[in-house]
Amino acid sequence: MVAAIARRLAGMLAVMFIVATMVFFLTRLAPGDPASLMLGDQATAADIAELRKTYGLDRPVAVQYVLWLKEIASGNLGQSIFLQRPVLQAIGERAEPTFFLALFSILIASLIGIPCGIASAVWRGRVADQTVSGSAMLAASIPSFWLGLLFIQFFAVRLGWFPVAGYGDPGADLAQRLRHLVLPAMVLGIVNSALITRFTRASMLDVLSEDFVRTARAKGLPESRIVLRHALGNALVPIITVVGLTAALLVGGAIVTETVFGLPGIGNLVVSAVLRRDYPVIQGALIVIAGIYVLINFTIDVIYTLVDPRVET
Amino acid sequence: MTQPAPLLAIENLAVTFRTEAGNVTPVRGVDLAVFAGRTTALVGESGSGKSVTALAVMGLLPRASGGISGGSVRYRLKSGETSDLAKLPPEGMRRLRGREIAMIFQEPMTSLNPVLSVGEQIAEQVRHHTGTGSAAAMRRAVEMLGLVEIPDAARRAADYPHQMSGGMRQRVMIALAMSCNPRLLIADEPTTALDVTIQAQILALVDRLRREHDMGVLFITHNLGVVAEIADDVTVMYAGEAVEAAEVRTMFRDPRHPYTRALIDCLPARARTGADGRRVVSSIPGSVGAAAAAGGCKFAPRCSHAAPPCHAAHPILEPSDGGHMIRCFRWRDL
Repeated sequence: MVAAIARRLAGMLAVMFIVATMVFFLTRLAPGDPASLMLGDQATAADIAELRKTYGLDRPVAVQYVLWLKEIASGNLGQSIFLQRPVLQAIGERAEPTFFLALFSILIASLIGIPCGIASAVWRGRVADQTVSGSAMLAASIPSFWLGLLFIQFFAVRLGWFPVAGYGDPGADLAQRLRHLVLPAMVLGIVNSALITRFTRASMLDVLSEDFVRTARAKGLPESRIVLRHALGNALVPIITVVGLTAALLVGGAIVTETVFGLPGIGNLVVSAVLRRDYPVIQGALIVIAGIYVLINFTIDVIYTLVDPRVET
Repeated sequence: MTQPAPLLAIENLAVTFRTEAGNVTPVRGVDLAVFAGRTTALVGESGSGKSVTALAVMGLLPRASGGISGGSVRYRLKSGETSDLAKLPPEGMRRLRGREIAMIFQEPMTSLNPVLSVGEQIAEQVRHHTGTGSAAAMRRAVEMLGLVEIPDAARRAADYPHQMSGGMRQRVMIALAMSCNPRLLIADEPTTALDVTIQAQILALVDRLRREHDMGVLFITHNLGVVAEIADDVTVMYAGEAVEAAEVRTMFRDPRHPYTRALIDCLPARARTGADGRRVVSSIPGSVGAAAAAGGCKFAPRCSHAAPPCHAAHPILEPSDGGHMIRCFRWRDL
């Protein structure tokens, strides 16, 4: 058990090392000299040399790489050029809306997708199945920005139930801030529910034809118990996988939705960093997002061992 | 042979499935009886409709595509009343399953739920049918695992199916089936997937439980050796029909239907010594799927005694001398 956990942690560190290496070299592959790009056309050669020195860009790439790894290992993701503060702090300030948006979206997507998928499998080929499968197809093909604009127009502008955009004034309390997340979370929840519906349906259909479901029927159990305990209990592994991966994608920043709703989240931060060529922020954000991916994958693996006794840790 | 009223009496049962290619009727004329405290073996080749018959009795045919399309399945309830299971609504059938009528299946490796402990799978049924609390239900589960001779039952109850061998899992299935004291046990080839030594143990276990609980057993098998070992009464099925029924000794001593005779001749113990001195086990030419003339005897295409009338008309199941029921035009001549 301890050895298994140690093996997993070593694996996670290895993934992070590879990510850090790729981020470092991919950034260097981008055309142009970062220092001159940062300073713009009017910069003098002396200014550029000065900046190159400040950021260590005048040293050999190998040295830069080792220094970069050392800094990351000690938790320092560098200093933002544009925002004049540490990258980690900049990301931390933007983490709240992204985190809550991802959380609410995945909750809504699961609450729609899992029951619909179950109903669709249980009543396969019947009206319920056709309705659910058709709606899922529709939800999967709606662009989230369009649905976002529609929701803003209807729920925010016409009905006035929710704020149009943004994340509240500075000093707004948590409840007020979260009110700004209702519409974007509904959009992302609906769009992402389609995949969860399809996975749940397929997994349930597989399990419902298994011999042990027939055994459960032979025991005289009510159909609801057969479906929810015996079948769903065995169908969970693929469902957890797709929910987890969707959650990971959302944490990485729902860039389009954050933009449509003017949310100051991580996706928004990355987009503006790219536009401003704020390399330390881009690199730092990539590393943080990769770290969250790795953590979510680890969590999924732990949940597997809880729902299926056959899975070894 | 005078016997009390049967526990289960199937008459002229027909089962129809709707498929894309039209309706198919894998079972179209099964008659059989199971008596309390006795074992009726239902024998036939693969595809003869044995398992479909069992599932029809249990009300476990896939509801969307199939169902009983004719005949009756009369079951004598604990109260002494008789109920036709073929006409019982699904909810009424569900109340009998697991409590009055239990079933064990051919495939012990896949018939248990992999994510629930075996103790919980038994306790769940006990809780559901008797309303006992979870602690008492789990005690009952452990007691049942002991009854089917699983050593260290209290500890094994916490095991999951994948931690057990096939023989152990089939014991668990039997413990599960027995946990609510059913009056009828349907065993669908319960030993087919097991090693021969384990087979013998499972057969002995089922037989012991039948005697101790005065339970009726419908034992489905394609193995005549198993029939000789466990059955009191035998019904032979061919292509969805019962073709012969008799007490087990009568059946082996004096088989009447050409199909039954051919089956018994196929037993390795009946092998002949060929011209070159080697022993030759006989076989029946063709397969169950061999197309019979519409309206003719189903077995006629493979029957060495078939005469022109056999291809023209369909025989009924009728009593013959010596206590047989037989479906053959020519049993008097053979």
